[in-house]
Amino acid sequence: MSYSSELSGSGALSRVDPRLKVIILVVWSVIIALSWDLRALAAGLLGSIILVVLAGCDQKAKFIKRLFLINSFLIFVWLVVPFSFSVPGQTLLAIGPLKMTNEGFRLTFILTVKALEITAGAMAMTVSTSTFDLMAAARAMGAPEKLTAMTALMIRYIRVVGEEFERLVWAMRIRGFVPKLTIHCLRSYANLAGILLVRGLDRGERVHAAMLCRGYKGRFFFDRQYQLRALDGYVALVFFILSALVVILDVI
Amino acid sequence: MSSEILIDLCNLRFNYHNRPEVLKGLNLKVTSDHRLGLVGANGTGKTTVLSIIMGLLKPTSGTVEIFGKLRKTEADFREVRPKLGFVFQDANDQLFSPTVADDIAFGPLNLGASRKQADDIVKEVLDSLGLSGFGPRVTYGLSGGERKLVALGTALALKPRLLILDEPTTFLDEKSVARLEAIINNSTLPVLIVSHDHDFLDRVTTKKVRLLDGIIEGQQ
Repeated sequence: MSYSSELSGSGALSRVDPRLKVIILVVWSVIIALSWDLRALAAGLLGSIILVVLAGCDQKAKFIKRLFLINSFLIFVWLVVPFSFSVPGQTLLAIGPLKMTNEGFRLTFILTVKALEITAGAMAMTVSTSTFDLMAAARAMGAPEKLTAMTALMIRYIRVVGEEFERLVWAMRIRGFVPKLTIHCLRSYANLAGILLVRGLDRGERVHAAMLCRGYKGRFFFDRQYQLRALDGYVALVFFILSALVVILDVI
Repeated sequence: MSSEILIDLCNLRFNYHNRPEVLKGLNLKVTSDHRLGLVGANGTGKTTVLSIIMGLLKPTSGTVEIFGKLRKTEADFREVRPKLGFVFQDANDQLFSPTVADDIAFGPLNLGASRKQADDIVKEVLDSLGLSGFGPRVTYGLSGGERKLVALGTALALKPRLLILDEPTTFLDEKSVARLEAIINNSTLPVLIVSHDHDFLDRVTTKKVRLLDGIIEGQQ
């Protein structure tokens, strides 16, 4: 895992008003999450692909890799849900005592498509928006200042903690550490987790002290004036039509 | 003492992702009869060389030979890492256990020592560093100098064939540097030290080489 690489996109979506992007993302995610019709989800797929293309991510392979990484939990869904007794129906495939039902398969398939569409949309939005813009948009739409500041600091420092974690793991491996299910290993992992917490707390104090030294008085300034432009109008229109399409296809 | 080649780096090339080449065909031998100091300006690739020796980075081309055998795979390096006695620049990166004794015992336990054997090693190492009685101390509460010595101890506990120190004097005051110096000079182990501190290197090493423009200055 690498914490030092960040995906970014410089497509049309990066020039769209971040407030609009947040609204589109929320509406889009909710609509996809509530749709169960395959035609509606096909339209959803189209919309998500448009978002990804508009984001214009420069590292396509990495984008796709990360998309699948985020969705790796789906493997477990595929291992369990199609065979679950709670989804009765026509048997599609039998492996020993396990029976995969038509309905179970369909349900899992729909879940997979939804998860991919929502995460692809969310990734398209985040790679095309800087952290600052995202926070400023959240503030502009009335998110509490504290929550926004905490999110911003988390985004800033999660990588630092991740790097610290990597260095510690390397230091362990250099001394012959091999992960196994033994008391010694479990204890070592507990120690590792403990020291990361202690360091995190310490770093938090140092960062706070450094902020105080630069005149921090408990306020963050995420304010930025945004003005809607023609591009915002086009994107909003396209997504209004796509959202309506998904809803109509799902209802009829 | 007959000289033995411990580390032999041959024609190493390396660049970080999408960045210009840092190492441009570097050759470097670490032998058992020298205490070798490696100097070079910031960003010339000193730490990169160490990372390649430890198998943390893979060179784009060139070979790494350690203890007379070619090392390529993770398994190769896993075998030699404990014998290389590597000490990180920042001791904080190395110490993660609650107490000093736990941390020094960590390596030997990984290599299959029993609890009793590990405890004996802890005592022996602490005594040799002049830190007797430090076992139950909390690593987090140690001073910078003590922490460095304990980090050195965690490497010594593995009974390495040499010591590799990355910028050992950063974060240390003069007194701690003097202590570190005495320990290195009293040890019979060969060392490879990367440092900016020329005075320190003059006192603890027998040979200095300079990393310049991706190779060792004047390398054959």
